[in-house]
Amino acid sequence: MTGYPQALSTAQHASRILDDTDRRIIVATQAGLPLVAEPYAALARQLGLETDEVLQRVAAMQENGMIRRIAAVPNHYALGYTVNGMSVWNVTDDHISELGRQVGALDYVSHCYHRPRHLPLWPYNLFAMVHGRNSQDVEAKVTGIATLLGDHCRGHEVLYSKRILKKTGLRIKG
Amino acid sequence: MDSIDASIVNRLQEGLPVCPRPFDDVAVRLGLSVNELLSRVQRLLDDKVLTRFGPMFNAENMGGALSLCAMQVPANRYEQVTAKVNAFPEVAHNYERDHLLNMWFVIATEHPEQAGAVIRQIEQTTGCQVYDMPKQEEFYIGLKLAV
Repeated sequence: MTGYPQALSTAQHASRILDDTDRRIIVATQAGLPLVAEPYAALARQLGLETDEVLQRVAAMQENGMIRRIAAVPNHYALGYTVNGMSVWNVTDDHISELGRQVGALDYVSHCYHRPRHLPLWPYNLFAMVHGRNSQDVEAKVTGIATLLGDHCRGHEVLYSKRILKKTGLRIKG
Repeated sequence: MDSIDASIVNRLQEGLPVCPRPFDDVAVRLGLSVNELLSRVQRLLDDKVLTRFGPMFNAENMGGALSLCAMQVPANRYEQVTAKVNAFPEVAHNYERDHLLNMWFVIATEHPEQAGAVIRQIEQTTGCQVYDMPKQEEFYIGLKLAV
């Protein structure tokens, strides 16, 4: 991970400001927030904390980016989005930040990242995961991205998953 | 799943405010009582329409590190290499993909400096080169699936 000092300093900053109480809140909510009208009060009772303190800490973690949002995560398959393609793009370096933002804003793109090329084998530097109800649906959406990128794109591929070899949730230790 | 469930799935993907009664506003807008809303959310979780409801944590911003890695694995050794890669607890996801680079996995470590060591161990034990593709910039995470 060396070579990306910005990410490293963010991580170091975060680990410095995350204390034991924050970690207890994280561990208690990893599986989800209590489904009650006042979930933070329930969490506070469970952890022996004041409700206000739990609210302040969760709000602070959201503000500094440790929590992206308090939201539902849908099951793609159950909603009929059974095909996903990892679309990868060779985008001119000068335009990648602006174009990446535009691709990431498309409602059918779930993850969108700038990643390093590995030439000559791997010329692609923009990754966008595309979800669809079938492969034609995914291909139509990929065409939409190609149109958006226009002349700033020198090539692309779509990698479909053939098999899930392993899938475990990310877990933070207490 | 009816149209109210669909509205709930769409609305809850956007995120709720951090406040004492975060469900009240959504319930009013959907014309439900808070209890009706909560029991529908519970049923959507039980039916696996939703995988989770709660804080979406960002591992990197919590001091950990994630990296996407790819390998070109010979077909005749694919199963053997899969077993070796999956045996690493730091490998969170692993997918077979249709490409010359035919194995794609995510390495998650609690500290950023551990990722390089895991990659070297995977190269040693499998004999395959690991193409490390850590993110340099993130544009969006999350998906609004319209239902």
